[in-house]
This record gives sequence, C-alpha cells and structure tokens, in this order.
Amino acid sequence: MADTDVKTPVAEDGEAVDEAPKKPVDPDFEPEIIVFACHYCAYAAADLAGSMRLQYPSNIRMIKLPCTGKLEVIHLLRAIEAGADGVYAAGCLEGECHYLKGNLWARKRIDHVKDLLTELGIEPERVEMFNMSSAMGAKFAEVATEFTERIKALGPNPVKRAGVDAHAAAREALGGAAMPDDPAPSAATSEEGHAT
Amino acid sequence: MITAERKPLDEILALVGDKKKVLVAGCDTCVAICLTGGEKEAEILAAELRIKAEQDGREVEIEHTAAIRQCEWEYLDMIADKVEQADVVLSMACGIGIQSLAEKFAPRLVMPAVNTNMLGMPQEHAVWLERCVACGECRIGLTGGICPVVRCSKSLMNGPCGGSHDGLCEVTGPEKEEIECAWALIWERLKAQGREELMFADRPPKDWSKSSSGGPRKMVREEAKPV
Repeated sequence: MADTDVKTPVAEDGEAVDEAPKKPVDPDFEPEIIVFACHYCAYAAADLAGSMRLQYPSNIRMIKLPCTGKLEVIHLLRAIEAGADGVYAAGCLEGECHYLKGNLWARKRIDHVKDLLTELGIEPERVEMFNMSSAMGAKFAEVATEFTERIKALGPNPVKRAGVDAHAAAREALGGAAMPDDPAPSAATSEEGHAT
Repeated sequence: MITAERKPLDEILALVGDKKKVLVAGCDTCVAICLTGGEKEAEILAAELRIKAEQDGREVEIEHTAAIRQCEWEYLDMIADKVEQADVVLSMACGIGIQSLAEKFAPRLVMPAVNTNMLGMPQEHAVWLERCVACGECRIGLTGGICPVVRCSKSLMNGPCGGSHDGLCEVTGPEKEEIECAWALIWERLKAQGREELMFADRPPKDWSKSSSGGPRKMVREEAKPV
C-alpha cells in the first residue's frame, strides 16, 4: 500500500509520456530480461549477431520456442511473478510466420498481458513484442540494447525477490513447449547447431 | 452455453479481503469454452493475485484448481481437498457453479470472480451473442426459430414496434453497434419458410410465471430418479 513510487504507469496529464522514470535511474541496476525467441527468426538472428561480433547487453536471457505462437499469457506472467524486470517475445516478421499466424497471436497475448499489468499497477512497458527475420542480426542487437535501456529507466520489477530465478521459472512454466538450448551458445557454434 | 466475464481485479481483491489462503477454482465446462473461467484462466488470476500480494507486501498462499463441472456434486468431490484448506475460494464458474460450491462446502467462504452474463452462442471465435433467457415457455416454433424474448430489445411477443426501420432496431447496443430488428428477421424467415400466416395467427398470452419471475424453478424427472 505504501510503495506509491512504483505505481501509476500512465501520466495523469494525458500527454503521451514515453517511459519517463518516476524515480532516479540507479546506475548499478542490471535488469534481468527474459526473451522468448522464435527458433526460425530471432534465435537465428541472435546467432548471427554473435557471428557478426555485435555487442548487446548480457542482461537478456533467451528461451527458444518453436514459434512465439506457443507463448501463453501465463508464461509471461510467471516470468514477471518470478521477478523478471522485463520480458519480450521476438518472432518472425508479420506475414512471415512459419506457422502462418503464431507471431500475430503472440502480439495479441502480449497486449493482453500489458492490460493485466496495468490492472496490477505495474508498468505495461515491461513486456513487449518484437518482430525480426533470421537475417537481422543487427536488429536483434538493437532491440536487446533498447529494451535493456527501457527497463533500466523503469527500474526493478516491484515484485522481485532474492533467490528466485526468473529464467528457470519461465522455462518451467513453458514445460515441453520450450526447446532445449543449443549446446554451445558461443560465437564458435557451428552453423548446423539446431539439431534437437 | 453459459457465458461469463471476469470481474475487475479491484473488486476481486475486495472480496478476498485479508484472507491468507486463497483458492482460485476454475470450471472446465461452459466458462472454459468462453475463455473466462477454465483452469487456464484460474491459473492466470492466481498469478495476478500473487503478484499483487507481493507488491503490497502481504503474506498469502494462493493456489488454483479446476473442477470438470462446478455445478455437479460429484465433480466437486474431486477438488474437495484443496477447497477445505482454503480460507476463501474464488470461483470462476457461472452463478450455478459458484452456488453449488458454496452449498457443498458451507459455511466456507466462496466468492465470485466472474459475472455470469448470458446464455450465448459463439458467433465466431471469441464473440458470443445472447440467444436464450431460459424463459420456460419456448415460442420459437411460431417465430421461425428466432427468439423475440431475447433478440427484440423490448421482448415484444406480437410483432414489431414502431421503432423498426430497414430491418434495424431503434435501440443500439452497448458499443453503439446496430441491432437487427428481431421481428424483421422473423418476418423474413417465415416468408422464406412459406409460413407468413403465423405472423397473423392468434397466440395465447405467454405464461411468464414459468420464467424467473415465478420464483425459483425446479425440474424433476421422476422416470430418471434413482430407485
């Protein structure tokens, strides 16, 4: 009840405020960000970003999915509940989903999660949907950087608890829907690293 | 099917009050099909309540479960263990399920997390239209299979009022959408069936005592009662 500093996600004056931080940004705050990445595009784009030696923040932790259409509202909520400071899904470009409309479903579900977070008094900007192709390594790095900056400006998730691993919780919530991580996620990974 | 909509979170929080052990109980029949109160939605509400409690610094235990049908005693037995451990049960079933749960486990506190709103037909995915009010005396045999009780804004039983034009009702829906005039639809349907004379036939007055205005209704099928 007393912690009014983390509430009010929308400005009272009706002006479109763009993620204006309600409190000073803590320069030492390193957010934990969960990325639900589609196997066909964003996950491959991340590989490409690595091969291109592009820098992006180490705050993001990926979970690979066969399609972002596999994501459900509860998966995103579980990540937030477990203390993730930000969560985003990265799916194929609109119109290019390998399962036709999975990325469009994901966007709708993420919009719904934004509504639920607003209802809870948590900033809806903590969840987002992005689209990219597997050839867009630079876009992957750019999105990761911009989203990390956005979450740094927002500050920590108000329900963060010590000792809870948001990545593990999100993975557990997904169960068999999440794909195993590739064996060696370093830049040295061979091209055909997506076996299982 | 019976449709329902989830209550706003603030209203649900007020119903829960300061109770420590909360069970969110979904129902996997009608309200699951209308995507409001099945196990999935119960899990989502439970997660929301846990996040809210954590934000407010309240120590609570929030779990979820779902009965195959909350409106039948046998299915309620299957969730009895969880219900009996809760200080308050938030039911996401329709009004029938909520009351069954409250009655079976009385005097345990059972609160509604949804508003039951209609007997609706899924017109397309995620869109439901009201088609029946369970009035107890069905007349759609005389009206071309279209119910004037529910589809006419004024529930007129003997033809259109003066506010119908070009097949549309003078009343608009909650989202300002146009409402088709039920009696225009009935006339067109009867014409297509070659039964226009039904429009002009004598009809006995409808017995509204068979509707909810006649007190709580009860149905007994003697031939089906256990021996």
